[in-house]
Amino acid sequence: MVFKWEWVGKLAEGLPLTLEITFTCIAIGIVLGVLLALARVYGNRPLRAVCGVYIQFFRGTPLLVQLFMIYFGLPNWGIKLSPFISGILALGLNTAAYQAEYFRGAIQAVRGGQLLAARSLGMSLPQAIRYVILPQAFRLVLPSWSNEFILMLKYSSIVFTIALLDLMGQGKRLASRNFRFFEVFIVVALFYLALVFVVTQILRLIERRVRIPGLGTEGEAR
Amino acid sequence: MNTLLRVEDIHKCYGKERVLTGVSFEMMKGDTKVIIGPSGTGKSTLLRCINRLTPADKGRVWLEDEEITHTRTNINRIRAQIGFVFQDFNLFSHLTALGNVRIAPTKVKGMKKAEATRLAMEELERVGLADKAGAYPAELSGGQQQRVSIARALAMSPKLILFDEPTSALDPELIGEVLDVMISLAKEGMTMLVVTHEMGFARAVADEIIFMERGIIVEHGPPAQLFSSPKHRRTGEFLHKITELYGETV
Repeated sequence: MVFKWEWVGKLAEGLPLTLEITFTCIAIGIVLGVLLALARVYGNRPLRAVCGVYIQFFRGTPLLVQLFMIYFGLPNWGIKLSPFISGILALGLNTAAYQAEYFRGAIQAVRGGQLLAARSLGMSLPQAIRYVILPQAFRLVLPSWSNEFILMLKYSSIVFTIALLDLMGQGKRLASRNFRFFEVFIVVALFYLALVFVVTQILRLIERRVRIPGLGTEGEAR
Repeated sequence: MNTLLRVEDIHKCYGKERVLTGVSFEMMKGDTKVIIGPSGTGKSTLLRCINRLTPADKGRVWLEDEEITHTRTNINRIRAQIGFVFQDFNLFSHLTALGNVRIAPTKVKGMKKAEATRLAMEELERVGLADKAGAYPAELSGGQQQRVSIARALAMSPKLILFDEPTSALDPELIGEVLDVMISLAKEGMTMLVVTHEMGFARAVADEIIFMERGIIVEHGPPAQLFSSPKHRRTGEFLHKITELYGETV
């Protein structure tokens, strides 16, 4: 076994890109995911169908295929995107499909009487969704949604295939220079492990901060 | 006397089942009317048809001069003037008692938060729960939750409040506190349409009892008259039965 401290510095150069991609895609995924979920629950038939097809496609095909379609495929139609934009787009559109299903489940888990009560007070449907349904759905979704964040952190590593130097990309470059594949990727793995640990702790903290008595899984038997 | 609410020939089917088959009645300002009848006779559906939480198949409803059932009527503006109290309270689980009472005045009427807070505290005071303003629904008893939901309706200064079996989901010892609030509202002149089995409440404050069965109004009249000399055999039987079953809490 060989280990050199300078690897840590080299690999850390990929860290900002990994974080940037992860956070940007999660953000895209939240916005698009909530919209898709709302369309699936409250939309008319055609809208529900279109969103359903979108979700089916992105959940039903490999992420790598989606990335390659965007980065290598779109230029055939005259749409040439940078590796960074391609990566963001593929991962963002993909996680949106998964997040949409989490959000849909949470929206449907909010009891029906809540919407009825909101409407009976004179709120429009958009108002009821914004002030009553979503605040509850977000709290309900947080524990399971946290998984998606952690997955995204790790899935972001596929962007090395389109020559981006994220954590994984830096690892591959380093290893193919010194041929210490095993050792280098152990360090890469430890980096991801540490990231996941930190993100998990932050999400738990948020979960505790927004917790409301009687809402969510708190206090139930395990 | 001005007519506040006019319900005319309401019909409603769920699939093949005919729930309401031509219900008509009127309410004057300040009236308290109680609707009674066996379960499944369309009492709750009737209430929901009034503020269009459930659309009626046929028939019309007016609030003062405005036809609620007209498709071009802005239903949100109408609902803001008609309180609705649900059997299972339906307080917003993510908001405190204060938040529950304050949300509609701020979001629907555009009231400033400070003003809405003052108003909400007054309404909570009115139902005897000012000290629970910071509690979440899950931290309140059923009776307290229902009183908060009445305060929530009151905060919109409604012209009329519809009560859909407001005490049916409560433990017996909690029914009284809710009925007390409702009785004092009735005495203050609030216009109230109440679906309930609480005959004590009906006797105490109802101007009229409406007896419904199988989607129609069988008989209506002042409580004393309905209890002592009902015109229909079924009315007498039913009144006898629920008084025996539920007793008179008030």
